Amino acid sequence: MKIFLVIVMALFVSGLAAQGQPSSAPTGNAEKGKTLFVERACWQCHGLSAQGGGIAGPRLAGRVPAWPAFSRYVRRPTEEMIPYTPKSLPDNELADIYAWLRSIPPPPAISSIPQLNRK
Amino acid sequence: MAIDPNTSVGRRGFLKGAAAGAAGAAALTVPGVAPIDAEAQAQSAQQARPVAITPEQAARNLAAETAPLPDEVDVQTVDNPGSDFMVDVLKQLDFEYIAANPASSFRGLHESFINYGGNKAPEWLTCCHEQASVNIANGYYAVAGKPMAVLTFAPSGLHHAMMGIFGAFSGHTPSYILVANIADGKERRPQFDWGAHSVVDPADMVRDMVKWDDTPGSLQHFAESAVRAYKMAMTEPRGPVVLVVDASLQENPVPDRSKLHIPKLTLTTPPAGDAGAVAEVARLLVAAENPLIIAGDVARNEEGMRLLVELAETLQAPVQGGGRGMPNQHPLSGGGNVRTADVILALNEDGLFGRLNRYRDQQVRSSTPLIKPDTKVLSISSYDLYMKGNYQNVERFQEVTMSIAADPQATLPGLIEACKKLITADRRRVMDERGKRLATASAEALERARLECTYGWDSSPITLQRLALEVYDVIRDKDWASVGGGGGRLWNVDKFYRTMGSVNGGGVGGSMSIAIGAALAHRKQGRLCVRFQPDGDMLYVNSALWTATHHRIPMLFVMQNNRAYHQEVMHLQRMANRRQRGMALAHAGLPGSSITDPNIDFAMMARSMGAYAEGPISNPKDLRPALLRAVERVQKGEVALLDTLTQPR
Repeated sequence: MKIFLVIVMALFVSGLAAQGQPSSAPTGNAEKGKTLFVERACWQCHGLSAQGGGIAGPRLAGRVPAWPAFSRYVRRPTEEMIPYTPKSLPDNELADIYAWLRSIPPPPAISSIPQLNRK
Repeated sequence: MAIDPNTSVGRRGFLKGAAAGAAGAAALTVPGVAPIDAEAQAQSAQQARPVAITPEQAARNLAAETAPLPDEVDVQTVDNPGSDFMVDVLKQLDFEYIAANPASSFRGLHESFINYGGNKAPEWLTCCHEQASVNIANGYYAVAGKPMAVLTFAPSGLHHAMMGIFGAFSGHTPSYILVANIADGKERRPQFDWGAHSVVDPADMVRDMVKWDDTPGSLQHFAESAVRAYKMAMTEPRGPVVLVVDASLQENPVPDRSKLHIPKLTLTTPPAGDAGAVAEVARLLVAAENPLIIAGDVARNEEGMRLLVELAETLQAPVQGGGRGMPNQHPLSGGGNVRTADVILALNEDGLFGRLNRYRDQQVRSSTPLIKPDTKVLSISSYDLYMKGNYQNVERFQEVTMSIAADPQATLPGLIEACKKLITADRRRVMDERGKRLATASAEALERARLECTYGWDSSPITLQRLALEVYDVIRDKDWASVGGGGGRLWNVDKFYRTMGSVNGGGVGGSMSIAIGAALAHRKQGRLCVRFQPDGDMLYVNSALWTATHHRIPMLFVMQNNRAYHQEVMHLQRMANRRQRGMALAHAGLPGSSITDPNIDFAMMARSMGAYAEGPISNPKDLRPALLRAVERVQKGEVALLDTLTQPR
């Protein structure tokens, strides 16, 4: 009948997406960020590899917005995302998560996955 | 068993005596029942020792219980019970199956189905819970296109059945529910039937969520109401019906069979939209620059799907919506945008407000329109023809420009014809150009879906995208059908029967049984049925799995086991974030929503009920070989379950 959680974050992932070097991103620890991504429950919507899902958070791997847009959205999401205030997620932890997101290696090529190439 | 005049021999004493007798008869064995060990037998005998009474009391008891009764009440056999006639009525309605958990209130009807009816058409499906009975019927209808009968009793059985009935109500599913009751107080057995099997008005419990109900007072009344109930259930918009079946009516003899008549069933033709209104809809659609079709459950069958495709292709208009009707890889499927549409045609769409408005579940909940102020919204829906107040299965009220209360599938031929008459050569050029753009966008969307699958490809727990793709890869060359859960855009839903449509109210706990009913309906075509099975859902009425194995309903369950009621985990996380506390709750294992400690061995559970099962499987590389083994079993006619550990979303 009704899909309970239809979370549209197209603005977040398309309009603001900029994979270039962030202008004012604080230095973060990617290793810590990977752990925090799980501990702060980000993965529950975005997936363990930030791959996104069908009805919850969109993919972040490979299309992390620039830091200003990223941090602004996390603090005050304009769509359905759960807000994370500095009290909930301090700036240094957010920076760690950001560093990890930007460090995620690219996925395997479509051509390397037989299941995606059958006609 | 002989009555011992030296003991108290009420029913309770009889049962105790039976236990004692079993203890003293160690040599006797019952097929399928293991012998009791000696110590347990001794304890049982000790506990079952009857209370001694005086010889005088025993003599009085014996005299009272063996005294002859008047002939008019000492009737011990019946040749033509009313329930035989009831079976005749239900056979005429062409039920293939009847699903039930046994109960004494319908012992008469049960016996008639088996011995008089030969347990064929309908064949009895043994269910272990009434919610499973109704949901199996709901799922069966989604594929077979006709109702399955369900038999239960008042009050408890009907209580159990209620969630399934609610699902049928919400999903416009015509499940046909017979509720046994013992109306006449003098016919009720003391200690058993008062309260436990008797309700003044059983249908009242579910009247707010059934289309029609009746409590026949005679066999002729039963015949007429049984036919009427079927007709009502199948009239658009369809929905569940309840017929209360009195126990005495079942067990008493038919006074004169020649005076009973079973009416002929004539189904009601679904209503097509008013011709003038349909012509206006056609005019607006043909003139539109960016038309959009939002399709709920439009199609009832393959013909409905063909008609929806024909309308879309006639207009070169994109089709969105979660209902069953549009092949998902058609170039016009899934495209378009409500923000840019100038004319939107909604067909049986009961979630229109949610589709046309942006809603935010933040501390202050808000919604704002997504559509332009001058967008024309046209609705053709049979749901406007029937509505009930108590269960609010409607969203907020959506303003529309035109509303036609009609069945979309029945209206489509007229609408298509009206559109074709209005399309000039100029409009055809515009539409063809639009179609090319939409086809390009569709191809790009399909390519994006392939790319999305690659992210997290090797993650453990397994991503839902990879799980879906791996399953599709082993079934794609077979005649497959999804009986719950889907694979998304990469699964080529090219036929009506590939998916299920909406058959429940969205509640947790019913979908496993729904899948089993659907797989039963697919069985005669030999289709390979796959069900993506959430762990939380399976924990409600998992005994339905036994019904599947017992009745040899081949199907594959692939679990989406995230070891949580994950939707609730996310709700709790939302609350915690909003209140800025307890941020690690979800990760730590949320009290009330996590299903861990201990982890449940679903494969063991499935094996205990006779299914082939493997798991838990958490490494995605182990998926394909396990799927191949499981599919091989299913194709041999077995039920197979793979317990796959997946990410939540």
